[in-house]
Amino acid sequence: MSDIQFTIDGKECTAGKGQTIVDAARENGVYIPTLCNYQGMKPAGTCRMCTVKVGGRTMAACTTPAAPGMVVESNTPEIEDMRKAIVEMLFVEGNHMCPTCEKSGNCELQALGYRYTMMVPRFPYLWPVRDVDASSPKIYLDRNRCVQCLRCVRGIVTADGKHVFGLVKRGNKTIIDIDGELAAGLSEEQAKKAMDQCPVGAILRKEVGFTVPIGKRKYDTKPIGSSL
Amino acid sequence: MGTNIATVVTGVVDAYKKDRSMLLEIVRDVQAQLGCVSDDAISQIAKSLNVSRVDVDGVVTFYHFFSKTPVGKYSVYLNNSVTAHMNGRAAVAKSFSDQAGCNFGQTTSDGLIGLFDTSCIGMNDQEPAAIINGAVFTRLNEDKVKSIVAAMKAGKKVGDMVKEYGDGANQSALVKAMVNNNVQRKGPVLFAPFESGKAIKAATAQSSEDVIEELKISNVRGRGGAGFPTGMKWEFCRNAQGAKHYVVCNADEGEPGTFKDRVILTELPALLFEGMAVAGYAVGASEGILYLRAEYMYLKPYLEDVLQALRKKSVLGMNAGGKSGFNFDIKIKMGAGAYICGEESALIESAEGKRGEPRNRPPFPVQSGYMGYPTTVNNVETYCSAARIVLEGGKWFKSMGTAQSAGTKLVSVSGDCRKAGVYEIEFGTTVQTLLEMVDGRTAKAVQVGGPSGTCVGKKDFGRRICYDDLATGGSVIVIGPNRDILEVVQNFMEFFVEESCGWCTPCRAGNQILLHKLEKIRSGHGTVTDLSELEYWCKIVKTMSRCGLGQTSPNPIATTIQNFRELYEARLIKGEDYATEFDLLASVQDSCKAAGRIPNIHEEH
Repeated sequence: MSDIQFTIDGKECTAGKGQTIVDAARENGVYIPTLCNYQGMKPAGTCRMCTVKVGGRTMAACTTPAAPGMVVESNTPEIEDMRKAIVEMLFVEGNHMCPTCEKSGNCELQALGYRYTMMVPRFPYLWPVRDVDASSPKIYLDRNRCVQCLRCVRGIVTADGKHVFGLVKRGNKTIIDIDGELAAGLSEEQAKKAMDQCPVGAILRKEVGFTVPIGKRKYDTKPIGSSL
Repeated sequence: MGTNIATVVTGVVDAYKKDRSMLLEIVRDVQAQLGCVSDDAISQIAKSLNVSRVDVDGVVTFYHFFSKTPVGKYSVYLNNSVTAHMNGRAAVAKSFSDQAGCNFGQTTSDGLIGLFDTSCIGMNDQEPAAIINGAVFTRLNEDKVKSIVAAMKAGKKVGDMVKEYGDGANQSALVKAMVNNNVQRKGPVLFAPFESGKAIKAATAQSSEDVIEELKISNVRGRGGAGFPTGMKWEFCRNAQGAKHYVVCNADEGEPGTFKDRVILTELPALLFEGMAVAGYAVGASEGILYLRAEYMYLKPYLEDVLQALRKKSVLGMNAGGKSGFNFDIKIKMGAGAYICGEESALIESAEGKRGEPRNRPPFPVQSGYMGYPTTVNNVETYCSAARIVLEGGKWFKSMGTAQSAGTKLVSVSGDCRKAGVYEIEFGTTVQTLLEMVDGRTAKAVQVGGPSGTCVGKKDFGRRICYDDLATGGSVIVIGPNRDILEVVQNFMEFFVEESCGWCTPCRAGNQILLHKLEKIRSGHGTVTDLSELEYWCKIVKTMSRCGLGQTSPNPIATTIQNFRELYEARLIKGEDYATEFDLLASVQDSCKAAGRIPNIHEEH
């Protein structure tokens, strides 16, 4: 049902009713960078990587439905530099030590860093004190690497609809926490799902590691977004 | 202890019929009974409501007035706004610390007194001020602090510590607050005589569509600051599909420097509630919610009493305004301390018992608001204006103000002026005219619209207060000739870092980064490169943020770089793009002090 016509950077695109700009762009072969977005999950609009300009106003392409006649600006130097700034903000806001991270090569933040040729962030590091929660039997939660995308909050829910992960505190103190009891009940599949859905190395499985060797990981040879 | 927690929590949760949307009320009551909401209490609440404990923890830790650790039998929340500082807050804070025997952010070892900093409490015209166990203490000085702390140590009730009452309804039996209204100028829209019951009768005598049409003719725009046309908003809400509709009043004025809603709530609550009833009739709602900020809790019993009186008069309730079949009533929901809840969708989330995080749009609240129903959220002053428009007509309203900004505006003026208080002025009034009214002629700068607004200097005092020039939700702060403007800017940025909800990257991380860069320049370590970076980084945060908070939080920096660039330039290291040196001795001093060593760099010591 492609009944909506619109353009991204001049390219004619079509979208279904209610389809977000990000989803429609992908189907039309246009890559708009995302981080918090995850296919099949309700968009949250937390990271703002997918920010585009429509009619002079900026908005997140993951939470905005495509509309007939919309003129979307995405790949402009201005927007691309601000997206790069978002990647840099996420690097300085946490403590990301890629060489020691099991997710290296499978990490979307790292991949975006490469895509935007981030040599060193333009912002000074904030070096927050963040702790690691290893109390759950099946997963580690390393908040140093968390980018607050809420994929775990949105995606890992018990059969009766309870959140296993949740946000606590606010502002720059906001962190992801887990419900200990519910986390203890995670199945092997749910634990794997939690790790796979996490775009960075904040959620790792216990007692399983480095199953895919370096060099064969998702972004080791192909940059993020290159499949489009 | 454990059984006590279980008993208390079970009692409270049952009293709210295990309703998840009442979580803020539940947490507040549990804290009132137990002194804090500990991890055990959180688990117990989660169990009783059958939700995840992180969801309860997330709510408890989001709001400023909820605490997981004991806040003391007497908890002092001392305002940290810029006018508090202008009026001697530092000495008052020191006095509290000395007298109580603990620092801010702590509770005394005997658990008697807790001292906390807090964001603007809406008393900017009578600072320094504090909220102690819900009661407001204004114009504090060292003598007052001494007697307050002595009274606490003697175990007196907070109500008995209030020795003087303010003017007007502040003296009424249900308020008894030392707060002053400071109404300095009355205008024809808000402060003209009002006969309760007439507006709703005038509204229900016509069709809902005609009421909305009158609002459209009046050209009234939202008084909270954003300025969306009210008639259009009501029409969208009315036309939206939903089993029922809601009318919500945003009484969360948190913008530092605004206190005009406080004065309306104190002196004109009947006008406000009737305006909400008019909205209810117009959009087809039977329920209204007044979302009241926690700081104004002291007004709640009084407002409940006013609501009761209006029900008796049939202004509210079944067949409201005497209109058969129109049923409309209002309930009050309390906030718990979060600036972001002034954002309409965050306010709705909070009213539903959740973290006050703004929602993604679309859908807009008029399409899907409170509990998913079409909801119109308007400011306190907007409802009052609507009630008056129904009485006097849209044309009458439009005859005042400017083409784009009709009617009058209530502004709250504070800072370096002789006559701080609220002024009902016509839209289009210049800053200069206002300065003359408030006797603040010596001002070197005026902050219009609170921290998220614009800081203008003398050359711009001819600019006009209205939506199309200097927009304001009501805050005007006068900055006198001896003030350090960059200190004011820093206070504002600290406020935004504290009050960002944390949802989106640019606001959560970006505001901290901006604050650090500002501190660098203020401390004399910045170069011309730092200044241009600061300017551009403001633009990044404004452009990329999700809601109004992050889209305006860089304004204190951005507008002062624009209007007072010389102040920044004066602090820069001259003639260098990039500082390649730093003072090693000064840099290691803190760590040496912590380690108990004497710095021996270059063997100078």
